[in-house]
Amino acid sequence: MNVAVAKTGNGRAVSDLFASAEGRLPGSPGVAAVRREAFETYERLGLPHRRIEEWKYTDLRALVGEVLPLAASPDAAALKRAAEAVKAHAFEGARKLVLVDGVFTAELSDVKALASEVSIKTLREVLTNEANPAAGDLLQTVSSDAVISLNAALATDGVVVSVADGTHLSAPIQVIHVATAAGASAFTRSHLRIGKGVRATVVESFVAAGKAGGYQVNDAVILWVGADADLAHIRLMDDAPDAVNVSSHFVTVGANVKLNFFNMTTGAAVSRLQGFITFSGEGSELSANGVNLLQKTEHGDTTLVVDHAVPNCVSRETFRAVIDDRAHSVFQGRIIVRPDAQKTDGKMMTRALLLSDEAEADNKPELEIFADDVSCGHGATAGALDDSLLFYLKARGLPEKQAQALLIQAFVGEAIEQIADDGLREHVIGIAERWLERRS
Amino acid sequence: MALLEVKDLKVRVEEREILHGLTLTVNEGEVHAIMGPNGSGKSTLSHVIAGKPGYEVTDGQILFKGEDLLEMDPDERAAKGVFLAFQYPVEIPGVATMTFLRTALNAQRKARGESEYSTPDFLKKVREVSKSLNIPQDMLKRGVNVGFSGGEKKRNEVLQMALFEPSLCILDEMDSGLDIDALRIAADGVNALRSPGRAMVVITHYQRLLNYIVPDFVHVMSRGRVVKSGAKDLALELEASGYTQFEDA
Repeated sequence: MNVAVAKTGNGRAVSDLFASAEGRLPGSPGVAAVRREAFETYERLGLPHRRIEEWKYTDLRALVGEVLPLAASPDAAALKRAAEAVKAHAFEGARKLVLVDGVFTAELSDVKALASEVSIKTLREVLTNEANPAAGDLLQTVSSDAVISLNAALATDGVVVSVADGTHLSAPIQVIHVATAAGASAFTRSHLRIGKGVRATVVESFVAAGKAGGYQVNDAVILWVGADADLAHIRLMDDAPDAVNVSSHFVTVGANVKLNFFNMTTGAAVSRLQGFITFSGEGSELSANGVNLLQKTEHGDTTLVVDHAVPNCVSRETFRAVIDDRAHSVFQGRIIVRPDAQKTDGKMMTRALLLSDEAEADNKPELEIFADDVSCGHGATAGALDDSLLFYLKARGLPEKQAQALLIQAFVGEAIEQIADDGLREHVIGIAERWLERRS
Repeated sequence: MALLEVKDLKVRVEEREILHGLTLTVNEGEVHAIMGPNGSGKSTLSHVIAGKPGYEVTDGQILFKGEDLLEMDPDERAAKGVFLAFQYPVEIPGVATMTFLRTALNAQRKARGESEYSTPDFLKKVREVSKSLNIPQDMLKRGVNVGFSGGEKKRNEVLQMALFEPSLCILDEMDSGLDIDALRIAADGVNALRSPGRAMVVITHYQRLLNYIVPDFVHVMSRGRVVKSGAKDLALELEASGYTQFEDA
């Protein structure tokens, strides 16, 4: 396999990528060493391809081909366009942390308002702190693959947020990633530490400014959720239709936590969200839900690995895909139940709605159960819109498109309704409605 | 004035001819009952008028207010004033009844070039109508027909009829699955909608429904044709003699 990688045409460009970026990558010499090692791992592996089991439906080598050079730091014009995008995509009432082309942008962020409740640093700040011998740890993760290694090597910035024990946030935090450049890539990595007993809502949005397109995003989020915390984590991937977004989440869930995660994909030519969620304390409940709305030739992959490493935890996954034209949706859900994790209750249900004969849905549920007293299950369906429902709506005066839209909204509603906050749910529905309007 | 003119209509479903040249004229303000045994083509007629896919019209025509109905999509027909009350109204999980009603009403109004209802005006109208039909408000918040009883589903059909104010109502086996009390409520709702400008076609297997919705004319269908037409007394005649006399026709 390695031999094959070395022979790929872009092997040369790959080395250049790091060499040309190195000067712009923040970090002490210790951090630089971690980056170099991560890059060597990436160089050895190359972009993931179909012969790697975890990536068999999302062959980045075929779909993406090459990694674009690092985006330049945004200039004044770019920031102006970014500001407009932030305005358009901000969730009302949320406090914003904005990254433009992979660089934290204080002037578009609500640092002051946030600082009263949480501690905020930038990744850049932490990595360049010579006095911190452990800074390089921010680039390490419990597991890795080629895209995560590449992220470690090239991450330019991100937010490092810590919410102290017992804090009840008065407003949601929204991390907005804005792309303003074309033909360039942004690598970001954020760390969120949610203290014990915290109640918080974190929204992540990926958007394009104006006509920006053809860019690549590689983001990583490392999230710790402390005991007794109640966290809603909403991710909205609404990138330009010709963008690439590959994001990796590492989530560690403490005891007696309620974690409500939701991801919606409404953009990008190629996207993948891979989430690795591990229960490290008993008595926790995870509700992990998602919606892929794909059209044209878009490829959207949601891969979730839920690791029940301890007993007495509940996980529920509800995933919906709506696939039009020649688009391709992938859902891979793995539930691991470790030998000690008795009384685990883990279930996932995924449904795909195919709006065209050429639409494709791949679904790979996997249960790896090593304990004997558990309740686990999965279910999957795929099908077209129900003709009898469509006719009923049309017979009541709804034109075909509008009838379809109503049924599609109902279909994804089963996942969206898992979002508890009314305002946030409406915000998400609004994005889904705009997707519906874009259907040709 | 003739509202609906069905002329020598021939309809196939997958190679099999169901209607073999059916003719029927319904004028404004009239209530017509179409009776007949199972398989006589009653429901097929209602489906073809509403524009349900899967039926092939091989001959004849259907005019509605003088316009060729068969050239229109189902939503255009609805906007023009054709309403089919379904024999089995479908359940639509995830679409709140209220949302559905408002979307449908406004879609019809938009198609006719009329202004859309504002939310308060719409709510007021729905409340009025639903109250008269004994439809509780919480039913309107639920998914369309989801978990509704047979009677509730039929009342929901009548509610839509009252809201959309169509000029032609086709009631397909409205009495199926209803007990007497539910039937009475639904029929009262229908009767309240009778007006000089509105016609109704009541399709039923049993005479029972016609005790509640009294027709002006009765037609007997058998094997894809209207074989006998008459005044309302014809229904009583059929009740006594059954459909057997027409089976061999």
